[in-house]
Amino acid sequence: MNGESPKPVTWETFAAGLWRENPVFVMLLGMCPVLAVTNSAVNALAMGLATTFVLVASGLLVSLLRAAIPKQVRIATYIVIIATFVTIVDYTIQAISLDLYNALGAFIQLIVVNCIILGRAEAYASRNRPLPAVVNALGMGVGFTFALLCLGGVRELLGAGSLFGVALFGDRFEPWVVMLLPPGGFLVLGGWLLLFAWLRRRRGQAVSVEGGTCHTIR
Amino acid sequence: MSGVLHSSPFIHGGNRVDRLMRQVLLALLPGIVVATALMGIGVLVNLVVASTTALLAEWAMVRIRRRDAGAVLADTSALLTAVLLALALPAYAPWWLVVVATGFAIVVAKQLYGGLGQNPFNPAMVGYVLAIISFPREMTTWPTLGFPPEVGIGQQLAIQFLGAVPPDAVTAATPLDSVKTHLGMGETLSEMTTASFLGTLGGAGWEWINLAFLAGGAWMLWRGTIRWHIPVAMLGSLATMALLFWMVDGDRFASPLFHLFSGATMLGAFFIATDPVTAAASPRGRLLYAAGIGILTWLIRNFGGYPDGVAFSVLLMNMAVPAIDYYTRPPVFGERQGDDSDVA
Repeated sequence: MNGESPKPVTWETFAAGLWRENPVFVMLLGMCPVLAVTNSAVNALAMGLATTFVLVASGLLVSLLRAAIPKQVRIATYIVIIATFVTIVDYTIQAISLDLYNALGAFIQLIVVNCIILGRAEAYASRNRPLPAVVNALGMGVGFTFALLCLGGVRELLGAGSLFGVALFGDRFEPWVVMLLPPGGFLVLGGWLLLFAWLRRRRGQAVSVEGGTCHTIR
Repeated sequence: MSGVLHSSPFIHGGNRVDRLMRQVLLALLPGIVVATALMGIGVLVNLVVASTTALLAEWAMVRIRRRDAGAVLADTSALLTAVLLALALPAYAPWWLVVVATGFAIVVAKQLYGGLGQNPFNPAMVGYVLAIISFPREMTTWPTLGFPPEVGIGQQLAIQFLGAVPPDAVTAATPLDSVKTHLGMGETLSEMTTASFLGTLGGAGWEWINLAFLAGGAWMLWRGTIRWHIPVAMLGSLATMALLFWMVDGDRFASPLFHLFSGATMLGAFFIATDPVTAAASPRGRLLYAAGIGILTWLIRNFGGYPDGVAFSVLLMNMAVPAIDYYTRPPVFGERQGDDSDVA
């Protein structure tokens, strides 16, 4: 926390979470919501947006309070901050759409223990000024939402023959029920990981993760 | 183990992977003939579609992995996977279902793990399980069995390739399925003895298919293609479970004969569970592995959500193989009983 150096806010601060440090496809964090709520594109999008909101808001607050939080109780403090915003999201989704709330189930509350958010608070927000912290959190959130949509889109397309609830194929299409069930989540995640690993290798891009917590996760 | 020591030079027994695979394919012939005679030409259509898909998928994956495609295809293991899977699919299966199941078996369950010898799960059964979970309606629509088959060739092709719906008169649930449904409706097995889906030994018609696979399996045992441990342990444990519960409550639990000669029992015991790649390694391990398959098959047939349980049991026991192999390691030469100083 003392080794704080004012870093300029660059495009890279934002884009890190999109691609090079994508929380799902590169760091393999937050697997619980990634596998559990991506059985349709709408669920995936809602989960992604909810997580993004919590990421950005808690990132801002942690960064603002970083000088005031005693080192010994920092994790507990982060959890309290995160839980506050999760409660807001929880009630908001319940107010907007009860169907969506029921579909996402316990996974909204479980955003509290999402390791991406805690990881960002510990590794980035607590060491940077508010602006880069927010930009970085937004990048991570967008990257997470993108990953959830990748999974949710494919699973809904194959498992129900639709995308965002709109039927795309005719009546002749026979849905692959397995894609909506847990095995489908693992299968599609594996497929995307394969694709992204292949793309990265083609670019010859070495994976190195900044921020102190994660080094070269392959 | 015999105590006689043989010294070198040794002569190679001539066993090669492709030879072994060809023997297994040959042993499947009686089963294929009987199944075709009773279910119609759909069995052959499935075989052709599955084999074509498997060879194409194997060729494509081997090319992507930059291996020698000719050498890999020549071992015919992809063909065997396709044939086993095709025999497990219903004869009315639409062509795309066969393609999806076979493609998944070869691409995901076999080649993504590293090809022949590396796959922890039986590829044919992975393809079958994907199909039965994804497409339960297509996977439970079987033809009524009879000789000659009731559906003409033209109608059969229309069902499989043009999406025609098979008429109710020529479709049936499998005997295992029917027994399960009738038990669910509160009937007892003794009330069912006159039902059309029960034959002399097992399920009507299915008993002949199972007998044909049993004959092929016996030939493989005689040729030394497979050893006795897996089929005997699997059939033995299945029969024992069935016998115990049948004696306790014969109205609720089907007889051992019914279990042995219905569904995929014989195909599973001689041709699927014996896959040397995914089975346990030592004879003791294989006994355990196959006994597990038999017990799980009986449990799933009686208490599970699906009518037959061979595929699920094989995959579950595949998962247990590393543990079984660990605990049934044969003693290393020179190792004394109870001396575990160099065993981790």
